[in-house]
Amino acid sequence: MLRAAAAAEQLAILALARADSVPSFAADGALSPPEVFSQQLVTGLSNGMIIALIAIGYTMVYGIVELINFAHGDLCMLGAFFALTAVGAFALDGASGAGGVVGLVALLVATAAFCGALNWSINRLAYRPLRSASKLSLLVAAIGASFVLVNLGLFWGGLPMEVFAGGTSAAAPKAFPALVEPKPAFTVGDVIVSRPDVLVLAVTVPLMLALTWLVRFTKLGKAMRAVAQNPVAAALMGIDVERVIGATFFIGGALGGFATVVYSIYNQTVGFQMGYRMGMDAFIAAVLGGIGNLPGAVLGGLVIGVVRAMSDGYVEARWTNAIVFGILILILVFRPSGLLGAKLREKV
Amino acid sequence: MAAARRNPWVPVAGLAALAAWPLLEPALPAWLQLGEPLTEVFVYAILALGLNVLTGFTGLLNLGVAAFAAIGAYAYSIATCEVYPFQLGFWPALAVTGAVGAIAGFALGAPTLRVRGDYLAIVTLGFGEIVKDVLVNLDAITKGTQGINPLPPPSILGTPLEARGQYWLYLGFVAATFLGVRALERSRVGRAWISIREDELASRAMGIRPDRAKMLAFATCAALAALSGALLVSRLSSSGEPSNYGFEVSIIALCIVIVGGIGSVRGTLLGAFVMVGMNSIVLVRLTEVLGSGAEGMAAAAPAADAGAPAHAWHFVRTWAHNVLLTPTNWKFLLFGLALVLMMIFRPQGILPPRAVHEDPPAPAPPGGGEAHA
Repeated sequence: MLRAAAAAEQLAILALARADSVPSFAADGALSPPEVFSQQLVTGLSNGMIIALIAIGYTMVYGIVELINFAHGDLCMLGAFFALTAVGAFALDGASGAGGVVGLVALLVATAAFCGALNWSINRLAYRPLRSASKLSLLVAAIGASFVLVNLGLFWGGLPMEVFAGGTSAAAPKAFPALVEPKPAFTVGDVIVSRPDVLVLAVTVPLMLALTWLVRFTKLGKAMRAVAQNPVAAALMGIDVERVIGATFFIGGALGGFATVVYSIYNQTVGFQMGYRMGMDAFIAAVLGGIGNLPGAVLGGLVIGVVRAMSDGYVEARWTNAIVFGILILILVFRPSGLLGAKLREKV
Repeated sequence: MAAARRNPWVPVAGLAALAAWPLLEPALPAWLQLGEPLTEVFVYAILALGLNVLTGFTGLLNLGVAAFAAIGAYAYSIATCEVYPFQLGFWPALAVTGAVGAIAGFALGAPTLRVRGDYLAIVTLGFGEIVKDVLVNLDAITKGTQGINPLPPPSILGTPLEARGQYWLYLGFVAATFLGVRALERSRVGRAWISIREDELASRAMGIRPDRAKMLAFATCAALAALSGALLVSRLSSSGEPSNYGFEVSIIALCIVIVGGIGSVRGTLLGAFVMVGMNSIVLVRLTEVLGSGAEGMAAAAPAADAGAPAHAWHFVRTWAHNVLLTPTNWKFLLFGLALVLMMIFRPQGILPPRAVHEDPPAPAPPGGGEAHA
């Protein structure tokens, strides 16, 4: 267990290597400070959008069953392994041009479906029997589910496939092929926006808009808001509460599935411990924005992404975690319900 | 969950059995040589009893209790190790550790009094991560991943204790902590903690000062966690590396409290035996059995036939060889499944506290968890 923590650290370092390399394909390495700032801002916003998409999965589930779904990050990890398996099985990394785009879209959708179905099943098997138990029992069940998923990731990494390097060292991080090459897409002034950055925007923004539409304007969305507000009253109004909760888990998981594919392409490394880091960032983002609040999760994700990138660029990568958490604590001390969270009402 | 009247002799009998264990051990079969894992149980028991004060009695969810254990472990290491100027003995160093832990508890508790519920949980989680990272990064003081060593072993009156003596000493610490926390529970401040958990506003109206009581809970929790950290490192003679005090330790401590029965002192103690016992004793044995069974199957399998099924079989066999046949690779899976099943079949924990009253089904707070877009 302790060795696992060390592996997580190692993975975090590997993930950071990508962030550090962003300015290196920029013009001649001679960036003046404002350009460094803007370049780090681009990296931070891209990572932030991915974090935000995962954070939405946390915040939706929290809003509806008041559970910090500890398994969510590890669910995304399994999604990344699913995507890598699909890339290997269908040779998606070999395709290019239009076929590449079709393959990428298929990969995104398939991974989303996989994560959504898995999240739905976890809810059905592990959380639903605890609906009337205390919130802490539910939390422990989520922790247990998270352990199971991490272990499944370890098994998955041992598959004897080429994309898993033959699977001989199951615990080692695996390289994820650059399905979208990290080449500049366009420049704004001296700041380079890479093709993966464009991919991030092209995936996250439509999904967030679609989710907003779903929650605001569809019947299911209305039912979700009703259940979040008061499950008993919602049930009395004829809403099938369990169906709505299941749908929420599916949607949250599916968003995580989209996010994990983009994350893997962006960072080019996956490993069975990556869920911890992904989940932690997203969870912080959700709380920072005000847990249960969808725009808050997006705002929180962007803040975390940018703070991380700035700290990597201006302080030192090894202090980044401490700085992120320090800022989080400061914000919560001064705004105890997060940036956009509803003020917790004390009983009167 | 109306608790039946509990036999007061059960803990006494348990204590006697545990105290006699090292004497019986030579006569027991190899799989019952449990002195080493039991000492680990004792360390976790003290950590969890401390956490139970904060999370169980006072209702403040703490996801970073390992940070307090880390602070205790490093305080003890710095106070005793020969490369530092202090070089205190075992007992003075323990006293220093407790004090440092309590101060750390105040330091985290004071600024976060306004932060509530799950937001507090994440603040404590962040605190845990910060402490771990600071310990890694300040390697000039903490020796980074090498850890601080050697540390003097636990001693009584200047006599260093060997393994069996340490076992009894640590058992004594667990018993003392157990009795101390039980006494606290029934004391004025303990009843204040519980009333804050049940209803902070009402307890304020009754003249309790919630801020002061919460700070005390933080300090007690931190001091006990620091003590457990000090006991851990003095036995190992090294502070270990900072990642030994990571999120997983906090999570296991929390699981001990919840699986045992949150808020129940007996339950927490039992939970430590169940959880750490499951992790370090049962799962280790079980994975051995599973592993040898799977290995036998793989060995007995026929060599490759022709055609596609052979290819599939080769695939599965290679896969099994890569990961599935290594028993320790199953640990997290079994541990996680056990947690989920335990919660499904006994969500209130093994030994829930004697209920003050049955909780009514809590309605969702109005507007509390609204997912407004």
